[in-house]
Amino acid sequence: MQIKTMAEYFANGETPEILFWVGCAGSFDQRAQKITKAFATILDKVGVRFAILGKEESCTGDPARRAGNEFIFQMMAQNNIAVLNGYEVKKIVTACPHCFNTLRNEYPELGGHYEVIHHATYLQQLIDDGKIRMQESGSFKGRKITYHDSCYLGRANNIYEAPRKVLEALDAELVEMKRCKSNGLCCGAGGAQMFKEEEKGTTRINFERGREAVDTGASVIAANCPFCMTMLTDGVKEQGKEDNVQVLDIAEMIAQQMV
Amino acid sequence: MHIIQELLFVIAFGIAVYLFYRKARQIRQNILLGRDVSLNDDPAARWKNVLLLAFGQKKMFRNPLVAVLHFFVYAGFLIINVEILEIILDGILGKHRLFAPLLGSLYPVLIGCFEILAALVTIGCAIFLVRRNIVKVKRLNQHELDGWPRSDANYILVTEIVLMLLFLTMNTADQALQLRGHEHYINTGTFWVSGYFVPLFSGLSDGALIGIERGCWWLHILGILAFLNYLPYSKHLHIILAFPNAYYADLRPKGKVENMPAVQKEVQLMLQPELAAAEAPAADIPKFGAKDVPDLTWKNVLDAYSCTECGRCTAACPANITGKKLSPRKIMMDTRDRAEEIGLQIAKSGSFTEDGKTLLRDYITEEELRACTSCNACVQECPVSINPLHIILQLRRHLVMEESSAPQEWNMMFSNIENNMAPWKMSPDDRDKWAVEMNG
Ligand code: SF4
Ligand code: SF4
Repeated sequence: MQIKTMAEYFANGETPEILFWVGCAGSFDQRAQKITKAFATILDKVGVRFAILGKEESCTGDPARRAGNEFIFQMMAQNNIAVLNGYEVKKIVTACPHCFNTLRNEYPELGGHYEVIHHATYLQQLIDDGKIRMQESGSFKGRKITYHDSCYLGRANNIYEAPRKVLEALDAELVEMKRCKSNGLCCGAGGAQMFKEEEKGTTRINFERGREAVDTGASVIAANCPFCMTMLTDGVKEQGKEDNVQVLDIAEMIAQQMV
Repeated sequence: MHIIQELLFVIAFGIAVYLFYRKARQIRQNILLGRDVSLNDDPAARWKNVLLLAFGQKKMFRNPLVAVLHFFVYAGFLIINVEILEIILDGILGKHRLFAPLLGSLYPVLIGCFEILAALVTIGCAIFLVRRNIVKVKRLNQHELDGWPRSDANYILVTEIVLMLLFLTMNTADQALQLRGHEHYINTGTFWVSGYFVPLFSGLSDGALIGIERGCWWLHILGILAFLNYLPYSKHLHIILAFPNAYYADLRPKGKVENMPAVQKEVQLMLQPELAAAEAPAADIPKFGAKDVPDLTWKNVLDAYSCTECGRCTAACPANITGKKLSPRKIMMDTRDRAEEIGLQIAKSGSFTEDGKTLLRDYITEEELRACTSCNACVQECPVSINPLHIILQLRRHLVMEESSAPQEWNMMFSNIENNMAPWKMSPDDRDKWAVEMNG
């Protein structure tokens, strides 16, 4: 596979269909890199001409802004927008709901106008268009799967159905947690919590969510966010269920099962 | 005799309306303590919110059983206003059942409907009392409600029950008198609820019945006037403010954090210094974030006055669920308390002078603010379109930008972003390592 950067496309006088915004977690976190690779593999298989920014990509500024540091947010945002506008980017797909939210909702008023799509929606479109086809008897067939709504895709942007549609394509049995969709429970990572210890409480948020997910009896917990991935994996471990319950991103599941 | 009753009524009514007006003006001033924001875009969407969220109580129906009970109480409140209008006119004009001759056979139907609503309100309030005090529903018994807020809720429920019972008793006595052909009590036909209770009064003299009827009439209307003046001191102000609050509700996607144009500009000048020449220097140094109520927006303060203290936000808050100190309901209650405190000071001395207190720290601690995951569960749940998260984020901005107060880990995250373009201490050169690996 040949993953090309925006700069490479530009140098050849070509424009890709989409920019794949990888995000910091997707770039640096070892577990999240697997999601990134899975998604890149899918794009490659269906023949979408995509580019990454590579070393020119920076943090969107989401955690800084939510922690209260607007200066750092603005620095990141304005730099990123300069780069994106420089390449005349039109369409961005990302596997991180935080990047998705920031690029889609917060960049426009700073001068960055793009069509921004989260990979859940993008995968659903590819499935609907018949571009992604599943193996006849996939390994998820008939298995109990539960889906964790990430706050930044769900409540923040009202996307609840697309990821569920993607899971339907796997022919698995989708079981919902007690708190799901707009009632969903946060994984505990948002609002820059990922980067510090939790305040004192009776338990951790990801332990609470991990318990709830494990209680469904599902053997796979589907996520759509690299931060949820870390938190839920930890929550499953806390339940001592890491050998029986997998936490997987929807892109990984699709990459595994597509023909 | 009659004229004295009319006079007394007019005086009582006048005083009640005046007092209410004065307090309402005070609250308006307190709300306007907040900084200005323009929330007048897209009126169509805003009116839709008023219809769905305020009139239609859409969010309440996330919990259908409570929603139905609340709907009785709410519909009862709205519709019984028609009946109160008749009472007020009767009181001023010294008439009795002014609308009866006008409406003819429709009148007993109307009153019948009010009576059924009154009965439903009574049942609803009784169940709410049980939920609060006997079943002890968790969100209605958390510690930020200790003291006044808890009594407030109970007083209101009891008062509503008493008012409804007075109304029904009044009608029962009225019917008994009608049946005896008492000249002042025109025959209206049987009322739907009180009609069943007339036999209870059969042993009483005309005088006693009139005494009961008049007594209940007076207590009912005085109770309502008192209730009106109690509202502004109580969480029940939401029955009025829920409407404007729905109109001014956020229309932006929930994930969007409010921009800070001042910082935007400053960073712009930093990144493109060539623009600076054309810029007039900023007149004054802007304040970053909010430390006290005047730094918040007026919508934040309106939110605070609209809060019903129902705790749906807190019940959904992941931080609260896992035992952290943060409670979005408390954020709203604190904001209201502080706005009241500042308002009182202004009323006393004419202007707001530093009183050595601020919303941040004296009311809301850093620990509470730090626990928020910005998940928007509180915003999603609030039946009256309140946004506690907006206040939390503004206070966080003050902490970080004005006081450089952040947990050590956040400071590291900030400097990592600044130096490595990522929140972790990773080399920017490694950002596409995964791609290099795939390219093999
Ligand atoms: S946004 Fe913050 S305050 Fe609101 S529910 Fe989530 S964690 Fe709690
Ligand atoms: S903010 Fe809304 S949900 Fe929370 S207590 Fe107040 S009215 Fe209830």
